[in-house]
Amino acid sequence: MHGALAGGLLATATVPDALTFAVAAIISVVGALGVVLSRNPVHSALMLIMTLFGVAVLFVEEDAQFLAAVQVIVYAGAIVVLFLFVIMLLGVDRNESIAAEPMPAQRWLAVALGVLGLAEVILLARGKWPTGAHTVAGPLHGTGQANVAVLGRSVFTSYLLPFEITSALLVIAVIGAVVLARRPRGSGEDVDPSIGPRVDSGEIVAGGGGSAGRGGAGAGAGSAGAGSAGAVSPEQSIQAERAAGELVTAGEPFGAVLKEAEGVSIVQRRES
Amino acid sequence: MSVPASFYLTLSAVLFTIGAIGLLVRRNVLVMFMCVELMLNAANLAFVTFARELNDVAGQAAVFFVLVVAAAEVVVGLGIIVAIFRRRVGATADDIHVLKG
Amino acid sequence: MIASLLGALVGSVASSGAFSIPHIDYTAILPELILIGGALLMLAAGALSVRHLPTFAYTVLSAAAGVAALVSGIVLWEKIHGKGRPFTAIAHALSIDGFSTAFVILSACVIIVSSFIADGYLRREGIAGPEYHALALLGASGAMFMAAANDFIVIFLGLEIMSIPLYVLAAMDQRRAESGEAGMKYFVLGAFSSAIFVYGIALTYGATGSTNLAQIAGYLANNVSTNDGLLLAGMGLVLVGFLFKIAAVPFHMWTPDVYQGAPTPATGYMAAIAKVGGFAALLRVFFSTFHSLTATWQPVLWVVAVLTLVLGAVLGLVQRNVKRMLAYSSINHAGFILLGLQAASASGISASLYYVFVYAFLVLGSFAIITVIGRRGDRDHAIESYRGLARSHPMLALAFAVLLLAQAGAPFTTGFLGKLYVVEAAVQSHSYALAVIAMLTGAVAAGFYLRVVFVMYGQGSGAGARADDGAGVGAGVGSAAVPGEALAGHPELAMASAPGGALEVAPGGAGGAVASGATATAGTLVAAPTEPDAGETAPAGAGGAPSPARALPFDLAPTTAVGIAVTVLFTVVLGIWPGPLFAFVHAASLLF
Repeated sequence: MHGALAGGLLATATVPDALTFAVAAIISVVGALGVVLSRNPVHSALMLIMTLFGVAVLFVEEDAQFLAAVQVIVYAGAIVVLFLFVIMLLGVDRNESIAAEPMPAQRWLAVALGVLGLAEVILLARGKWPTGAHTVAGPLHGTGQANVAVLGRSVFTSYLLPFEITSALLVIAVIGAVVLARRPRGSGEDVDPSIGPRVDSGEIVAGGGGSAGRGGAGAGAGSAGAGSAGAVSPEQSIQAERAAGELVTAGEPFGAVLKEAEGVSIVQRRES
Repeated sequence: MSVPASFYLTLSAVLFTIGAIGLLVRRNVLVMFMCVELMLNAANLAFVTFARELNDVAGQAAVFFVLVVAAAEVVVGLGIIVAIFRRRVGATADDIHVLKG
Repeated sequence: MIASLLGALVGSVASSGAFSIPHIDYTAILPELILIGGALLMLAAGALSVRHLPTFAYTVLSAAAGVAALVSGIVLWEKIHGKGRPFTAIAHALSIDGFSTAFVILSACVIIVSSFIADGYLRREGIAGPEYHALALLGASGAMFMAAANDFIVIFLGLEIMSIPLYVLAAMDQRRAESGEAGMKYFVLGAFSSAIFVYGIALTYGATGSTNLAQIAGYLANNVSTNDGLLLAGMGLVLVGFLFKIAAVPFHMWTPDVYQGAPTPATGYMAAIAKVGGFAALLRVFFSTFHSLTATWQPVLWVVAVLTLVLGAVLGLVQRNVKRMLAYSSINHAGFILLGLQAASASGISASLYYVFVYAFLVLGSFAIITVIGRRGDRDHAIESYRGLARSHPMLALAFAVLLLAQAGAPFTTGFLGKLYVVEAAVQSHSYALAVIAMLTGAVAAGFYLRVVFVMYGQGSGAGARADDGAGVGAGVGSAAVPGEALAGHPELAMASAPGGALEVAPGGAGGAVASGATATAGTLVAAPTEPDAGETAPAGAGGAPSPARALPFDLAPTTAVGIAVTVLFTVVLGIWPGPLFAFVHAASLLF
C-alpha cells in the first residue's frame, strides 16, 4: 500500500517534489491528529502550528508563495498565539480525558462523518481532478509576474468588492471583541441564579457555598454587591470574581444563612 | 514534474475529515475551535491545488479571503470563550448544562 | 504587517503598469454602504460624545439608517424596473436584480423594526452604548450582500458579516449564563458550518473552474460532465452550509438552545435576518446557479423539507418555554420556505420569497412581545407566564394572538397566504405528497400556537378579552374583529375566544374595522401601564418560578409598542389586502 503510494508519487513527480510533498503531508497529518488527540489544549495549539507549517510548505510547492507567507505570519504568528494567550489567560490548560465521553449520539455522528470523509478521500484520490474550465478569472502562471503581483492584481480588480467588504468583517470583529470583553455595567460578577449568586440592587442571592467555610466567598460576593451600588475598586472586583468562581465550583445547596458583610445583607437560600 | 493534484486533494480531504471528527468528539471548546481551523486549512489547500491545476488566480484569491474570515472568527470566538470562562471555571464544552440538548 | 505587504503588492503592480480598477457603481451598493456607514457613525458618536448618549439616540440613528437603506433600495428597484433588466456591478461580484433588491428592501425593513423592538429592551436592562445597534446594522448589511452576491466568495463573506454579529448578539447578555452559552454554541456550530461551506465552494470551484455564480451556471449549462463526483460533493457541502444557517433538519440542533439563550430581541432579529440572508443566497444558488442539476438536488431537498416540517411541528408541541417553542416553529417555517425551492419553478421562488417576507415580520413581532413579557432580566419565558394575559393586558394579548394565529396559518393573515402559496407551488410541480405533509404539519404546529392563545385567553371566559378592563371602544373593536376574522376558518377556536357576532363581519368592511382596531392596538399599547419595574418586584428566582394570575408589571416602551404595532398591521392588512405584496414579490421573481 505504502509502496504503491510512494511508487505512484515517484512515477509522476520528480524526487525533490515528491519528497517535499511526502514530508509536508506527513507533518500536516501528524499535526492534525495531534490537535485532535492531545489531552492538553496547549499541545493541541502547538500541533496546530505544525499542521499550518506543513500546509505552508505545500503552498510554496504549489506556487502560492504569498499565501505561504501569510499562512505563517497570520495563522501561526497571530491566530495560534491568540489561542495560546487565551489558554494561558483562562488557566484552562488542564488535561481532559478523551476516552470517557458521555455523548454517544455525537460519537455516532462522528463515525458517520468519518465514513463520509473516507468516501470523499476515495473520491478525490481516484478521479482525474479538477474538471473545471481553465483560467476563468485570470492566469496564474506564465504571466511573467511574481505570485504577489498576480494575486494583488486579482484582488484589486475581479475581487475588489470582496476585498472592500472584508473591512466590515474586521470592524465587526473589533466591536465584537469590545462588547464581549467589557464587563456588564456594575455587575461583572452577577452570575445567573441557577448556577451562582445573583446581585440584585444590594441584595445577594447566593446559589452555592452554604457552609461556614465558604463564608469568605460570600463576603467577596458581598463586596461585589457594594460595588454595584457604588464604585468598584479593582481589588474588590477581582476578589468578588474569585468568590463567584468559588461559589460556582462549590455549587452545593444550601440552607438559609444570613451574613452581614460590608453593610450588605447576603441571603443564601435554596434555588429550586 | 510536480506532484499530481489528486495527492493534494486527498491530503486536504484527510485534514478536513480529521478536523470535522475532532470537532465532534472533543469537548474542549478551544480544541473544537482549532478543529475548525484545520477544516478551513483543508479548504485552503484544495483551493490552492485547484488554482494551480486550472491555472486560475481565483483559487488563491479565495484563500486570501478565507484567511481574513478565519482571523475575524477567531477574535470573536475567543472573545465569547473568554466572556464565558470569566464567569466559570473549567474549560470543557460539556459544562454547558443550563441549556438542554 | 498586512498593510506593509499590501503596500508592497500595490507597488509592484503599479510598476508593471496596465492596471485598471473596475467601475464601481455606488448606487448598486448604496443600501449596504448606508448600513455600514450608519454603524460607523453610531460608534463614532458613542466614542466622541462627552456625555453618554441616551439609548434612544442610537435607536433613532439605527432606524434612520434603515429607512435610508430602504429608500435607496426602492430607488434601486425603480432603476431596475426602468432599465427593464438586471445588471451586474463591480466586476460582476454583485448581481442587481429584482430578487436581490427585494431581499435588500426586506433586510432594511427588518433592521427598522428590530431597532425599535430592541430599544425598549436595551433601556429596560440598562444596556447603554451603540454596540447592539451597530452590530445589528452590520449584520443586516451582510444579509444584503448575500442577497446580491454573484460570487461564492461574496456569499461567503456576506454570510460571515451576517453571522459574526449574531454570535456576539447572542452572547451579549452577560448576566445570564444561558446567553453566553447560546453564543458559544451558535459560534462553534456556525464556524463548523462555515468551514463546510468553504470546502463546498472549493470543490465546486475545482469542478467548474470559477467561483462566479454566472460563470458556474454557464459552465454547467454548456458542459455535460461524465465525471461529476467533485461537483456533487461540492454542491452537497454548500447545501449543508446553507441548511445550518436556515436551521433545517438535520442541521437544526443549535436552534432551540440559541433561541432560548440569546437576549430575546436579538433572537427575533437573528431569526429574521438569518432566514432572510440564508434563503436569499440558497434560492439564488440552487435555483439559478445549479439550475441544470435540479434533478439531483430536488429529491434531497424533498427529504430535508419533510424532516424539517415534521420535526419542527412535533417537537414544538412538547415545549414548555415559549422561546423554545418558537424556535421549533421557526424550523417548521423553514420547511415551508424550502417547499417553494423544492418546487424549482418561478412560482415556487416567488412563493418562498413571499413566505420569507411574511415570516420576518411575524417572528420580529412575536419576539418583541416575548421580550415585553419576559420582564426585566429577560427570564420569564415559561408558558405559564402568559396565563391571564388577556385580562391584564388585552391589547398585548391580542397582538400576540394575531401573530401566533398568523403563524398557524389562520385565514385573513399573511401567514395563511404564505402557506397557501408555497403549497400551491408544490402542487403545481406535482409534489403532492410534500404538499399534504406540509399541510398536516401546519395543522400540528397550529396546536402549539393555539395552546399559547388558550393560555392567554384561558379559564373559560371567552368574552373576557373584549369586555373587561375598560380598554375602550377601539380596543373592543380590535379584539372582536381581529380574532374573529382570524378564527373564521377555525370553528374549534371560535368557541374559545371570539363572540359569534364578529364572525359576520364582511371582508370588505373588515379592512377598515381591523385597521382601526389595530391602530387602536398601537394607541392602547402606548398607553398601557408602564410602571417602572423596580428590581425587587421581579421574582428573585425568576428562572423557574412563574407568577400567574396577577397583574404583570411590564415595561412596555413606546418604541417597542410601535414595533409590535407595525408587525401586526403588516400581518393583518396585507393578509386582507394581499395585492401589493404579492405583486411586488411576483415582479421580483420575474426579474430574477
